[in-house]
Amino acid sequence: MAENSKYYVPASSPWPIMGAIGLGLIAFGAGHTVLDVTKNTDGYGSNILTAGILVILVMLFGWFRDQINESMSGKFNQQLGRSYRQGMSWFIFSEVMFFAAFFGALFYARNVAVPWLAGASNNAMTHSVLWPEFVAQWPLVETPGGTTTEAMGWYGLPAINTVLLLLSSVTCHMAHIALENNRRGRLKLFLGATILLGGGFLFLQGSEYIHAYQELGLTLQSGVYGNTFFLLTGFHGMHVTLGTLMLIIMFLRIMKGHFTPQSHFAFQATSWYWHFVDVVWVCLFVFVYVL
Amino acid sequence: MSTTVDTLHHEEHHDHKPSGITRWLFTTNHKDIGTLYLWFSFLMFLIGGSMAMVIRAELFQPGLQLVEPHFFNQMTTVHGLVMIFGAVMPAFTGLANWLVPMMIGAPDMALPRMNNWSFWILPFAFIILLSSLFMEGGGPAMGWTFYAPLSTTYSNDSTALFVFSVHIMGISSIMGAINVIVTIMNLRAPGMTYMKMPMFVWTWFITAFLLIAVMPVLAGAVTMVLTDKYFGTSFFDASGGGDPVMFQHIFWFFGHPEVYIMILPSFGIISAIIPTFTRKKLFGYSSMVYATASIAILSFLVWAHHMFTTGMPVVAELFFMYCTMLIAVPTGVKIFNWVATMWRGAMSFETPMLFALAFVILFTIGGFSGLMLAITPVDFQYHDTYFVVAHFHYVLVTGAIFSVMAAVYYWLPKWTGHMYDETLAKFHFWASVISVNVLFFPMHFVGLAGMPRRIPDYSVQFADINQIVSIGGFAFGLSQLIFLWVVIKCARGGEKAAAKPWEGAEGLEWTIPSPAPYHTFEKPPKIEG
Repeated sequence: MAENSKYYVPASSPWPIMGAIGLGLIAFGAGHTVLDVTKNTDGYGSNILTAGILVILVMLFGWFRDQINESMSGKFNQQLGRSYRQGMSWFIFSEVMFFAAFFGALFYARNVAVPWLAGASNNAMTHSVLWPEFVAQWPLVETPGGTTTEAMGWYGLPAINTVLLLLSSVTCHMAHIALENNRRGRLKLFLGATILLGGGFLFLQGSEYIHAYQELGLTLQSGVYGNTFFLLTGFHGMHVTLGTLMLIIMFLRIMKGHFTPQSHFAFQATSWYWHFVDVVWVCLFVFVYVL
Repeated sequence: MSTTVDTLHHEEHHDHKPSGITRWLFTTNHKDIGTLYLWFSFLMFLIGGSMAMVIRAELFQPGLQLVEPHFFNQMTTVHGLVMIFGAVMPAFTGLANWLVPMMIGAPDMALPRMNNWSFWILPFAFIILLSSLFMEGGGPAMGWTFYAPLSTTYSNDSTALFVFSVHIMGISSIMGAINVIVTIMNLRAPGMTYMKMPMFVWTWFITAFLLIAVMPVLAGAVTMVLTDKYFGTSFFDASGGGDPVMFQHIFWFFGHPEVYIMILPSFGIISAIIPTFTRKKLFGYSSMVYATASIAILSFLVWAHHMFTTGMPVVAELFFMYCTMLIAVPTGVKIFNWVATMWRGAMSFETPMLFALAFVILFTIGGFSGLMLAITPVDFQYHDTYFVVAHFHYVLVTGAIFSVMAAVYYWLPKWTGHMYDETLAKFHFWASVISVNVLFFPMHFVGLAGMPRRIPDYSVQFADINQIVSIGGFAFGLSQLIFLWVVIKCARGGEKAAAKPWEGAEGLEWTIPSPAPYHTFEKPPKIEG
């Protein structure tokens, strides 16, 4: 803790309160959008939601601009860098726990709820009284209520997507090494490749959804198999989208000559985030598709 | 846009504060943000409290008198949500903001702008939640635990707003927790090793890990409620292969650690106050640290003790019963350590100490009723009765909230630079401690006799006790206005407080003047010994 002799405390800033207003508008607008959409009413929900997103975008732009200017003018020290890195790691941990809730739902539905509905454990009466015809199976292609669907296989698009994301984690790491060795050409090449692989993943994921809806009859309403499938892959896809946007911003900053081999917290955080979405995908591929 | 404290020190007046409303809106100062959190928490305490008054007024007599059952359900639901997420958790975050940097010799929280953000999103979350009470069909009425299918099939339109407001509360808690962790890991003054940190810092450090581990799970739970209700999923619907009991598993995986989130910082506060007023060192400091960590770890293994009556396999019931009872061990370590600290101490009984002593006794009562509830076959009888209500109000009101009040009295001289009015404060204490027992103790009896919770009407044989309970409730509610009065009076003036107004107090926060300067520890202090 030797470098503690000089602390960094930012002056007051208008961006957080703006972010709070933005988030408030998003929550209020999202709630009303859900109501408007599901009840087929003309409401103002989506307008408020859009306004909130715009406010958040302005806020992010302003906040990060200040942050980048401070960083470029050398106001940060090693201690602050450590704070940022630790903050980012614990944020990623909280994201892990968010996915854990949905993986937990998947395991519970598959190993407890579905077998119990078919009479496992001490549930013989549940089975014979509620849905005596119901047969436990996973993927649950026929629900107790009678909804049927087809299961999504792991070969084909999902397998290709796994290769794409694993490859992108490698290129992301290569870009990081290139940055640390100050080889800017390689850095741009590998970072660009990472972005393309991420974009490719998202495109194929979209095609897979279309395939699921149009050919397999696998939808969000297809019972708990479809629920866990779409919420897990959907939230993962949202995180890949965010990660890709972050990578694009890093690419633009690198084109402007930002980052040095010693000081590149934003790049490191983005790279960690990217590895995190990759690891989540590996778990997804194993537990949602293969097993 | 920004500067280092070092240059502030040279170029500006030492205690320079921005003025006007923008000071509070744009602030990055941990003391300002702490103050905001604490006032917000008190406002929510009054709002949640007034809902409790509605509940007690309706339950004053058997039969339906004042409110519709649907409105009664909204009151119990929103009372719980407001008190947990609006009053208790922000109060602790406010205390952490004020105290953690001063206790470890840091100039501020590690991420001051995010700190501002995590506070200011809270009022928006609660505006959304409270405004949903005025929607057509009313606000959330499914109980603060929002069990499916009450929150899915049978809930009203406010559910969509409830879900998103809980998301914001969660984001706020997660950012606050990350800030606390990073501050403690990174900004301790040289020489302030982990095992020299004050207990309040330790308990908050562990609480913060609980927060980032479970608040995202709550976010997942409300998300599944949203899709089940509005988008046709069937996570909690057996006809689609889901299970309503699965909701309870996911919810209580969050909910049980959440209970400890609301009590661990209290342990830290009590561990600061009792040594001060007994003029002895805390007995068994390291065992306190290990006990806190053990409680935190065990809190992830006990969630289904809230679900003994759902028809889990017996093996699971036994597992959760024994794990729950195991928690009594580290908690007992704490209680005995506090008692041992007092043993042969030169005790004096200023208001913070009175609240701390009431905490030790009354929290222990809540702990014991918890132990009773942990016993599976016994819980079959107690489940969903007023016995449970009595139990968790003993740990949350005479536990968490009493500790917050103890903390406010204890550190108020440091915050305001004035001593509070000791006579009035003692009046507040005695009024609170008597009325709170009149309020909650008889609930044990009606609970054991079978009075169910969350019902606006009851059998006539419960009438007398409910009347006593309601009178205690009104008295407790009114007593809190004295608290407000004492705090305002102290903030506006009074006897000047010394840097260390309590003779026996220890810790870095007492080495700086009272009121604490706007910026403290611009240079890290040297920790001796």
